[in-house]
Amino acid sequence: MSESAASSPLAVPPRESAHSANPALHHQFEDIEQQHDAGNFGMWVFLATEMLFFGGVFTGYIIYRSLYYSGFAAGSRGLEIDLGAAMMFVLLASSFTMAMAVHAAREGKHRPLIGFLTATIILGIAFLGMKFTEYFHKWQEHMVPGLNFHPALESLRGAPERTVEMFMCFYFFMTGLHALHMIIGIGLLTIMAILAWRGKISRENYNRVEVSGLYWHFVDIIWIYLFPLLYLIGGRYK
Amino acid sequence: MSTAVAEVPVQSRIHYLNANYGIKSWLFTTDHKRIALLYLGSITLMFFIGGAMAVLMRLHLIEPAGALVQPETYNKLFTMHGVVMLFFFLVPSIPATLGNFLVPMMIGARDLAFPRLNLLSWYVYITGATFTLYSLISGGVDTGWTFYTPLSTHYLTTHVIAAAMGIFINGFSSILTGLNFIVTIHKMRAPGMTWKRMPLFLWSMYATSVIFVLATPVIAIALFLVMLERVFHVGIFDPAIGGDPVLFQHLFWFYSHPAVYIMILPGMGVVSELVTCFSRKKPFGYIFIAYSSLAIAMISFFVWGHHMFVSGQSLYAGFIFSALSFAVAIPSAIKVFNWTATLYKGSISYQAPMLYALGFIGLFTMGGLTGLFLASMATDIHLHDTYFVIAHFHYIMVGGAVMAYLGGIHFWWPKITGRLYHDGWARFAALVIFVGFNLTFFPQYMLGYLGMPRRYAVYPAEFQVLNVMSSAGASILGVGYLIPFVYLLWSIRYGPVAGANPWGAKGLEWETPSPPPTDNFEEPPIVPEEPYGYAEPEHAHV
Repeated sequence: MSESAASSPLAVPPRESAHSANPALHHQFEDIEQQHDAGNFGMWVFLATEMLFFGGVFTGYIIYRSLYYSGFAAGSRGLEIDLGAAMMFVLLASSFTMAMAVHAAREGKHRPLIGFLTATIILGIAFLGMKFTEYFHKWQEHMVPGLNFHPALESLRGAPERTVEMFMCFYFFMTGLHALHMIIGIGLLTIMAILAWRGKISRENYNRVEVSGLYWHFVDIIWIYLFPLLYLIGGRYK
Repeated sequence: MSTAVAEVPVQSRIHYLNANYGIKSWLFTTDHKRIALLYLGSITLMFFIGGAMAVLMRLHLIEPAGALVQPETYNKLFTMHGVVMLFFFLVPSIPATLGNFLVPMMIGARDLAFPRLNLLSWYVYITGATFTLYSLISGGVDTGWTFYTPLSTHYLTTHVIAAAMGIFINGFSSILTGLNFIVTIHKMRAPGMTWKRMPLFLWSMYATSVIFVLATPVIAIALFLVMLERVFHVGIFDPAIGGDPVLFQHLFWFYSHPAVYIMILPGMGVVSELVTCFSRKKPFGYIFIAYSSLAIAMISFFVWGHHMFVSGQSLYAGFIFSALSFAVAIPSAIKVFNWTATLYKGSISYQAPMLYALGFIGLFTMGGLTGLFLASMATDIHLHDTYFVIAHFHYIMVGGAVMAYLGGIHFWWPKITGRLYHDGWARFAALVIFVGFNLTFFPQYMLGYLGMPRRYAVYPAEFQVLNVMSSAGASILGVGYLIPFVYLLWSIRYGPVAGANPWGAKGLEWETPSPPPTDNFEEPPIVPEEPYGYAEPEHAHV
C-alpha cells in the first residue's frame, strides 16, 4: 500500500484545496478524516492516563480495605446507599443522553443535539447536587477527616476510630476526584452546547462532541466502580 | 529529493525563526520547533541551577567534617539538586527539546497532532518549575528527592507542599507531551513512512511516551496524597496514624523506576542515530533496536520493587523483582551490542556528536552493569543507600542521558539554528566532559563499596582522598558543561552557515533546508525507501 503511494505523486492530496474547502481542518492535518482519527485517539490515550491516575487511589483503597476491613465496613454502612444508587442511575441516564447527543451530531441534527447535550448537563448537575448533599450530611455527622471528625460512637460500630477515618478519607478523596472530573465534564459539555447553539457544530466537525462523549462515559464508568467499592462493602444485607 | 535548496543562502529565506518577530510570536507560538526552543532555554536554566547545587555539595565534601554548609543546608542541597535535575531537566530534556523538534520532521508532518496542547505543556512545565523554585528560594526542602514518608509528611517543617505541588503540576506537562507524540506517530506519518521505516529515534520516543502516559499519573496521585496527609493530618502513609509508609514507596517507584527509562530511552534513540550516521552504515539489527525500546518500556513497569529490597518487602516479591530487573537488562544489552556491531567495519568519523555517542556507549555499559549488582538481593544489602548507588545512577543519567542529550544537541544544532559551531572546541569539550565525569563518579563506586552512605554531610577521614578526587572531577565536569554553552551561543551569530545536511545524514529532517520553514517541508514528503540508506562500503571487504 505504501509502495503505491510512494510511486505515484498523485496519491498526495493537493493540500491547499483541502484546506480552503474546509476551514475546520487544522493546518497540520492532511484531511478531515486524519483530524478526527487523531482527536479520538488522543482522547483514548488521555483516558489511559486517567485510568492510571485513579489506579493509584484504587490501589491504596484495596490495600487498606484488606488491612482494616472492620473500619471500612463500618464506614461503608454509614453511607447513604439509596442516594448512591440514585446517583448511579442518574449517571447511567446521562450516559444514554450523551450517546444520543453524539448520534445527533453525527447525523447533523441540530435541535436534538442541543436538547440531548442540555439533558446531559442537567443530569450531571443533579448528580453533583446529590453528591454535595451527602457531603453536607457527613459534615453534620462529624465524619469529615482532618477538618471535622468526631463521630458518634454508634457510627463506629466497634471499629477503631482511625480506620473509619481512613475509610472516610478515601471516600472523600475518590468521590471528590470523581466530582472534579464531573465538573470538568459539565464545563466541556456546556462549551459544546454553546457551540451547537451558535451553529458551529456540523457533520464535518462533529467529532469534538464524540471526544467529549468519550470523556463523559469514562467518568461514568469510574462511578460504576466507586459505587460498589464504597457503598456496598459493608455487608448490610447479611 | 530536495537537496538543491541547500544552495539558497539562509538570510534571504523565510524560515521558522524569522517568519515573525517579537516576544508574543514566541510566547503564543504553536510551532513545535519554537516550543522546542522554549523548552531548550528553560531546561538549560534548570540544568545550571541544579548543577550549581551539585558544585556546592562537592565543595562541601572536600573535608571530612564538611567545609562549607550546615548539615541541614546540605540536606536541602541534595534534595533540590535531585528534584531540579530529575523532574525539570532530565525527564523533559531530550523529549521536550529534540523530540519536539524532530518527531514531526522525522515522520514528514507539518506539526504535532495537537500544537496548542504542546504549547500548554510548556506553560504547565513553567508553572511547576515556578512552584519548585519558590520552595527553593523560600528555604528549600530536605526530604530527599524521593519524598519518603513519614519523613516528608510528618517530621519536616520545610516547604514540602510547594515542591511536591511543583512536581505534581510538572507531571501533566510530561503527560501532554507523551500523548501528543503517541498520537502524532500513530496518525500523522507521511505517505510511505511505515512503522518499520521510522528512524530509531522515533521508536525510542514512542516507548518513552508510553511511559509518560502510563507512569506519570501515579506519582501525581502519590504526591497529592502526601500533600493531603500534610495538610489534613489524616493517616495515609504515616504509621503513627494508621498509614503504611511502604505503600508510598510502591506508588513512588511505580513511576520513578520507569522514569529512569524516560531519561535513558531517548538517549538510546539519539545514539542510534549518531552511530549509524557517523559510521555510514545501516544499523545492525534495526528491528531488534526498535523492539528493544518497546521491551524496555514494558518491562520497566514491573521492576520497581528492586528499590525496596530492604524496606520490609516480602522476600518472595524481592525474588521476582530481582529476576525482572535482570530481564530488563537484556533489551538494554541488545542495544549496546547492536551499536557496537554497527560500528564494526563502518567508515567511522570522529566528529563531536560521535564522541558523545561513543562516550555514551561506554558509560552506559558501566552504569547498566553496576545496576545488576544492585538488582541482586544479596549484594544490594551491602550497597543499598551507599555512594555506589549514586555512582550507578549518575553513570546512567549523566554519563548516559546527558551525554546523549549533548550529542543530540550537537548533531541537530545545524538543523535547529542553520549554523555550524566550531568543531575543534566541541571535540575538546566532549573530551573534558568525559574525563571530568569519570573522575567525579568512578571514585564514588569505590566509596560506596567501602561503605560510605549517601546523603551524609560528614564522613570518616579515611574517605577523604576519594572524595577530593571526586570533587576535583566535578570542577572539570562543570567547566566541560560551560564550554558548549559558550561556543553554541557564539555559533548562532558568528558560526558558518550550515547547509541542509552538513553531516551527509539520512532522514527526512535532513532533506529540508536549515533552519526549516514553518511548515517543515516545502512540499509534502514521500518516503520511497528503507531508513538509513547509507551506501554499504563494499570495497572494504576486498
